[in-house]
Amino acid sequence: MTSSEAPEPGADARGRMPSAEAGRPRAGAGVAGDPRSRTRVRVTSPRTSAARTRSVSIASEIDEQTRLGEVYITSLMRSQLRLALTVLVILASTLGLLPLAFRAVPAIADIDLLGVPLPWVLLTVVAFVEIIGLGWFYVRQSERNEDDFSDLLEGR
Amino acid sequence: MSNAASIVAVVLVSIASLAVGAFGLRLSRTMSDFYVASRGVGPVLNASAISGEYLSAASFLGVAGLILARGVDMLWLPVGWTAGYLLLLVFVAAPLRRSGAYTLPDFAQLRLESVVARRASSLLVVAIGLLYLIPQFQGAGLTLRTLTGAPSWVGQLAVAVVVCLNVLPGGMRSVTLVQAFHYWLKLLALLTPLFFLLGALGGRSGDPDVGAVFVADWVEPLRGDHALYLTYSLVLATFFGTMGLPHVVVRFYTNRDGRAARRATLAVLVLLSGFYLLPVLYGVIGRYVASDLVAAGRADSVVLELPSRLFDGPVAEGLTALLAAGAFAAFLSTSTGLVVSVAGVVSQDLVRWGAGHRQGIRTFRLSTVAVVAVSLLLTIVSAGVPVAHAVELTFAVAASTFCPMLLLGIWWRGLTARGAIAGMVVGGGLSMGAVVSTTFGIATGGWFGVVMTQPAAVSVPLSFATMVLVSVATRASAPEHVARTMVRLHAPEHIDLNRGSFHPERWYRRASAPVSPVSPVSPVTHVNQSSAANGATTEGTDSGTQHTAYDSGDTTARRSQPTARRD
Repeated sequence: MTSSEAPEPGADARGRMPSAEAGRPRAGAGVAGDPRSRTRVRVTSPRTSAARTRSVSIASEIDEQTRLGEVYITSLMRSQLRLALTVLVILASTLGLLPLAFRAVPAIADIDLLGVPLPWVLLTVVAFVEIIGLGWFYVRQSERNEDDFSDLLEGR
Repeated sequence: MSNAASIVAVVLVSIASLAVGAFGLRLSRTMSDFYVASRGVGPVLNASAISGEYLSAASFLGVAGLILARGVDMLWLPVGWTAGYLLLLVFVAAPLRRSGAYTLPDFAQLRLESVVARRASSLLVVAIGLLYLIPQFQGAGLTLRTLTGAPSWVGQLAVAVVVCLNVLPGGMRSVTLVQAFHYWLKLLALLTPLFFLLGALGGRSGDPDVGAVFVADWVEPLRGDHALYLTYSLVLATFFGTMGLPHVVVRFYTNRDGRAARRATLAVLVLLSGFYLLPVLYGVIGRYVASDLVAAGRADSVVLELPSRLFDGPVAEGLTALLAAGAFAAFLSTSTGLVVSVAGVVSQDLVRWGAGHRQGIRTFRLSTVAVVAVSLLLTIVSAGVPVAHAVELTFAVAASTFCPMLLLGIWWRGLTARGAIAGMVVGGGLSMGAVVSTTFGIATGGWFGVVMTQPAAVSVPLSFATMVLVSVATRASAPEHVARTMVRLHAPEHIDLNRGSFHPERWYRRASAPVSPVSPVSPVTHVNQSSAANGATTEGTDSGTQHTAYDSGDTTARRSQPTARRD
């Protein structure tokens, strides 16, 4: 464990970029300043793994609110929003269109399923199964999106 | 229908709720427990609690009554109330949990960085909360009167007292356990009599009263006037209103993290779907054997009256008592959730400012008593005003105010404080106007009257449009830390990032006596302090008032110890 004010040479052995270490205390204060004015420092220490190096740098790009960091967060937001809107569109084009379908084709009400009129089946069992199914699909996909994002940050 | 067994059942439910609450109390030690159950509640327990709190008397008694009276079009209510949780899951659940906001005003302040937006949200939470509480109290009074013949105030007072006794000592932790208990109680209370009823119905000789069932108006959809508009408006209100209800949102704070919040919500979808099939069946059975209740104007009591229609003697009394217990649990759990969330907002925003730094827990308790007393008073004052429709309209109010604020705030960087406030004023004004005009029977004809009956289809789009347009017009006043806030809302917790330093819990923690910083001073906290201090000098552009929760000295910022980067 080393303090950020004085990066020890030992820290470099773990493959960190010195700029990330030194940039850390300024990260918060840098809100007011121009993030692009951050000076780039050449990597001089031996790198044990290229992946570790990138993981620090993308996370710190996000922390320091550079354009690149914003692109990463925006990509996560977009993928999650696309997923959420997919669920909404599926819901709207099935359950949401039912009133219109009932109005357009009143004969739906005459169809019986095991003695129960079809609208009653659609608005109870079918609707609940669809809602649970969509919820399950969303939870699985959104966790995948997040895993992709953290893989990206960790350079895997 | 004086029924000694029902009285015993109601008393037993009250005692059991208090006992479960007292058990939870033993687990509730710290300040943090008191407000948010230390956020360590498991997904299944939390899902039971969320469902238990959500399933109010409108679900337990009202749905069956509406289906009995009005048939297939009313199936949209249980479907919409469940689909509302699906939309909450996909758009709001994880980001809201990750925001760390305890209440909707907290979220407004975090995202919009404006104290004015916070106060506007607080007022709205109190308004929606009271609007929802009064029907609960009235319903409790009516139910107890139906069952025992006692005057209405007995039931109202009973609910008020039990709610207070539950909330005052234990706070959120005991409330969580009580509400989870109430979900399973309500499920069993509907499920057990249902087996008996179906058995009796199947064993009855001859055809039951089919005449009342196969009536086109009842069995076929969209037969009423303006049915298409009313249906779509109801769909919009319920689908989008759920996410804006204050007592629903508070419960998400007790999840461990964003993913746990999602999984708990998925479990809620299963629990709600299972539950909502039952009142539908009660409504249908009621149509077969008790359709005279509609003409008598007592459709709401169909759930409670069914056993005595098919059985007599001790079986009927026992089943009625079980249903009475479930109904009373429904009043208790929803009222408790509402009281906790409204009292939380009152103690944070309204009392604290007036009284300065008081003990956090004491303020919360005083607020609880005040909220319960005010709602009881309003219930007595509004006796005779038909408020059952108010629950439905509450969803419309939530869908036209908090829903756009949450959706745009979470997914669009461009939302400004002024835009959000303007949208909430427009959407809230319109939907509240509808509440007033329908409650006090200011009848108007034509399309305007129809819109006022079910305002969501007009007020929700209008509120969204106002928020977007005003935000675009006031882009210059965009919140300063919106980029950091977006990282906080969307990045999974296990990734170590700087998420800013907003921390609503600190409010309470500072007010209570022993404050022990959890994490030792480290470079990480150093960063957060400097950013917070920076924020302290540049924020509060509109009123000069500072984010109380953004000031320096925040050692517990969102980088908790386990996830802190080791550098």
